[in-house]
Amino acid sequence: MLLKHTTAKEIDRKSLTINPAKTCQPIGAMYAAFGLHGCLPHSHGSQGCCAYHRSALTRHFKEPIVASTSSFSEGSSVFGGSANLVQAIDTIFSVYNPEIVAVHTTCLSETIGDDLTQIISKAFDDGKVPEGKKVIYCNTPSYVGSHITGYSNQLASFVKFFSTSTTKKKNVVNLAAGWMEPSDMGEIKRVAKEMEARTIMFPDMTGVLDTGLTGKYEMYPKGGTTQADMAATGDSKFTIGLGEYSTQDACIKLENKCKVKFEVIDIPIGLKATDRFIMSLSRHANVPVPDSITEERARLLDLISDNQKYFYGKRVALWGDPDTLIPLTEFLVSLDMKPVYIVTGTPGKTFDERMYNILKNVPGAKFKSGANADMFQLHQWIKQEGVDLLIGNTYGKYIARDENIPFIRYGFPIADRAGHNFFPKTCYVGATNLAIQILNALMDYQDMHCPEEKVEFQM
Amino acid sequence: MEKDKIKSLATFKDEVLDIYPKKVGKKRAKAIVFGDPDSIPEIQANVRTVPGIITQRGCTYAGCKGVVLGPTRDIVNITHGPIGCAYYSWLTRRNQTRVDHYDTNFIPYAFSTDMQDSNIVFGGEEKLKEAIREAYELFHPRAIAIFSTCPVGLIGDDVHRVARHMMEELGGDVNIFGFSCEGYRGVSQSAGHHIANNQLFKHLIGKDDTVNGSLKYRINVLGEYNIGGDAFAIETLLEKCGIELVATFSGNSSLDQFQTAHTADLNLVMCHRSINYVAEMLETAFGIPWMKANFIGAEATAKTLRKVGKYFQDQELIDKIEEVIEEEMKLVKAAADQALPKTTGKTAMLFVGGSRAHHYQELFTELGITTLAAGYEFGHRDDYEGRVVIPSIVIDADSRNIEQITVTKDETRYNPRKTEEELKALEAEGLEFNGYEGMMAEMQKGTLVIDDLSHYEMERLIELYHPDVFCAGIKEKFCVQKMGIPLKQLHNYDYGGPYAAFEGAINFYKDIEQIVCCTIWKEIKAPWEKEEVLEANYAYYNV
Repeated sequence: MLLKHTTAKEIDRKSLTINPAKTCQPIGAMYAAFGLHGCLPHSHGSQGCCAYHRSALTRHFKEPIVASTSSFSEGSSVFGGSANLVQAIDTIFSVYNPEIVAVHTTCLSETIGDDLTQIISKAFDDGKVPEGKKVIYCNTPSYVGSHITGYSNQLASFVKFFSTSTTKKKNVVNLAAGWMEPSDMGEIKRVAKEMEARTIMFPDMTGVLDTGLTGKYEMYPKGGTTQADMAATGDSKFTIGLGEYSTQDACIKLENKCKVKFEVIDIPIGLKATDRFIMSLSRHANVPVPDSITEERARLLDLISDNQKYFYGKRVALWGDPDTLIPLTEFLVSLDMKPVYIVTGTPGKTFDERMYNILKNVPGAKFKSGANADMFQLHQWIKQEGVDLLIGNTYGKYIARDENIPFIRYGFPIADRAGHNFFPKTCYVGATNLAIQILNALMDYQDMHCPEEKVEFQM
Repeated sequence: MEKDKIKSLATFKDEVLDIYPKKVGKKRAKAIVFGDPDSIPEIQANVRTVPGIITQRGCTYAGCKGVVLGPTRDIVNITHGPIGCAYYSWLTRRNQTRVDHYDTNFIPYAFSTDMQDSNIVFGGEEKLKEAIREAYELFHPRAIAIFSTCPVGLIGDDVHRVARHMMEELGGDVNIFGFSCEGYRGVSQSAGHHIANNQLFKHLIGKDDTVNGSLKYRINVLGEYNIGGDAFAIETLLEKCGIELVATFSGNSSLDQFQTAHTADLNLVMCHRSINYVAEMLETAFGIPWMKANFIGAEATAKTLRKVGKYFQDQELIDKIEEVIEEEMKLVKAAADQALPKTTGKTAMLFVGGSRAHHYQELFTELGITTLAAGYEFGHRDDYEGRVVIPSIVIDADSRNIEQITVTKDETRYNPRKTEEELKALEAEGLEFNGYEGMMAEMQKGTLVIDDLSHYEMERLIELYHPDVFCAGIKEKFCVQKMGIPLKQLHNYDYGGPYAAFEGAINFYKDIEQIVCCTIWKEIKAPWEKEEVLEANYAYYNV
């Protein structure tokens, strides 16, 4: 047994987190910064933060993840990190020449109270920022929220530093993308194009974290939301935020700053969330839904109805991030599956409210969010009453093996399988991919574990 | 041909330094030197990285909790801080451990106090105490270790006081101790190794005088972390030779091993950088000499075993060792014969760790591969230039803030395993005690040695010299590979290994053969992007 010390008996645990279902803010800020074209993320803190975030993102994307750090010493921790950041900015523009440096804080620089506004304006005053280059920043204290909070804060800083309104609104809809894969973003853009909607997606990691092998290393690949597009978000007539936890703040900021109205909906994962996304985009971009999209929907329904018996009543445990878990759980319910245990370390009331509603017809379902919700407890629940399927990041493989449960990797990080860079989980096509993955996992399990006489040629 | 390649390195400094701001360039210049085994140059090492430079380095916490204590299986390692540090050090180093049904194994678990803003404002000691109570109630471990993260030091939480308090509260059967390994201390992971060494010595080593094991010759292997099963390979080999492995620091280790480590008669030091402090302390307190050893490379492994034979001066052991070497070398030779035609004449560069960039050159040499450039991520001058330079290393502010513990002879248990005269006699026979010659003694004249390589310098190395294989870590891997050059990870072995001992050498030969024979790199240009195709088309249309 790998997790041999986990038992079904829960104690009232308030202070010890075991096997977390979240990580800290700065990595989210770093990830989001890759969605801006020509941007170098910069971590204002100890070297270790930057090294850890780069490593964690690299394991997942298997792509260059390059970011710089203020390399705090004990001295900078006592006297403040101003000199470090100013020097970092100087070095970065001399050596790496990005269009934008996106600085985020860490628990170290937050605890000592470094004032980024002041430090960065000093860097400008000292002539460390070349003409036309940008240094943007956001506060991402690691002891508040989670990696999702950091992602959200970075998005809000994009709006703060770039979005500009001129006099005229354009017939363009902003798509504020929550934490998802580049492949998921690519699929959403494809659908929007298919609908002939004019959109600006931000951030946009396609063409940045899913690049090919060309023999040439591009520190700033051609993808990412451009500064011009980011500025133009202020002239769009509407913003659709995809995922409340990761995009609502940016949407609110954009409305306040540039009077762009918004609606926050779920990331289009699964049938109903995609339905809502298509309706929203159709309405706000003022475009009809083309037959091709309706056909994609129909093909998804066809697959589900053909294989209904394999989904029905299967108990599922999930962990990950709220913006993904909410529509994913809803999708499982549409498949007539029973998502019985759901855990996210990211705090916030919305998760609980939404789960309560989605799981009304799943008796005995348990869900938990926030600082005390972790994978150790999820495993304890599984020990108390088992499940048929696990869906979550790579950390689930230890539970899967111990308990002999089929396992689908979903979310962040996926450090031990390929595919998330290629097969989207968003929109109808993504839902189809996901349904097929679920089917394959369950059917493979049945094939390998049923009595010999029950092995079926046809399923 | 290799000679020409080495010659071409001469201009590297001119190629790279200009781009840096003046002061930064001046500093980097001191960290880039040319190898000369006859007259080892001074290199700048273990100094602060310039902010913004994009370094490979991590932090003190990573060196302490991640590297040294990471492989321990029966200690509940609680990270006191916000969630990230525990999360990123959760199963991310490939520390394998082998347990049977009844053994404790906490390696697949991450424990954190997950500090929130209120803990930062009002202090986190109470939450830490509560977390220790909860860990104790759930798991009843024999030991709990607490690791400080950056904010902990800043807000003044005293993890050592909490450890003492909780030990009293929970009674005598759990050992609790803390590590002041805040990420901002020191200049790299290296400070964390030192801090870990100190606490291991203070809280675990020497706690139990039981002499475990039945074999006559008793050694410890220090600085071996069982990445990819390296420690397993060493364990198997030592057992074959009839040598008792008392403790490994800290791959596949247990509390019992640490607590009885002082009952060994010799310490072999693998990763000098991360563990030389424990070796020194074991000698001072208990009289156990240490020798630098290397199980990376078949020749190096044989050499290390012979050193052990010579040290114990027992013909039976010496014969047994020779027998094992002969037997193993047959297999090694067969594997080398298979790989050599493919690998001979290739070139490598290694930028990793604090000993690996040295040790792995052995394996490359065995494959006929020339190391053009190498450097450490967190080495000190002694790891490059040899321990002889230690007295001349200036202690700066970043080293001064690491606790220096004074170790004295253990009153009852100090027992010099060899007398001064015996040691002298062994030295006359070629053994070296308490010594390490460093990486540069073994590098060819004119090769490049670069400390704390920056991302920019790495890009230029690849661009200018196209090595056949570049060795570094996960952060570098995909940048280098986008340039069409394979990168071999020497932190996690690209999920392969073991690479230690004879068995490991064979694995490495195969893996490097696979890397240099991989054909996909040749397909990077699409047919329509190749010039000859365009020319052919052009010619065709002009007919």
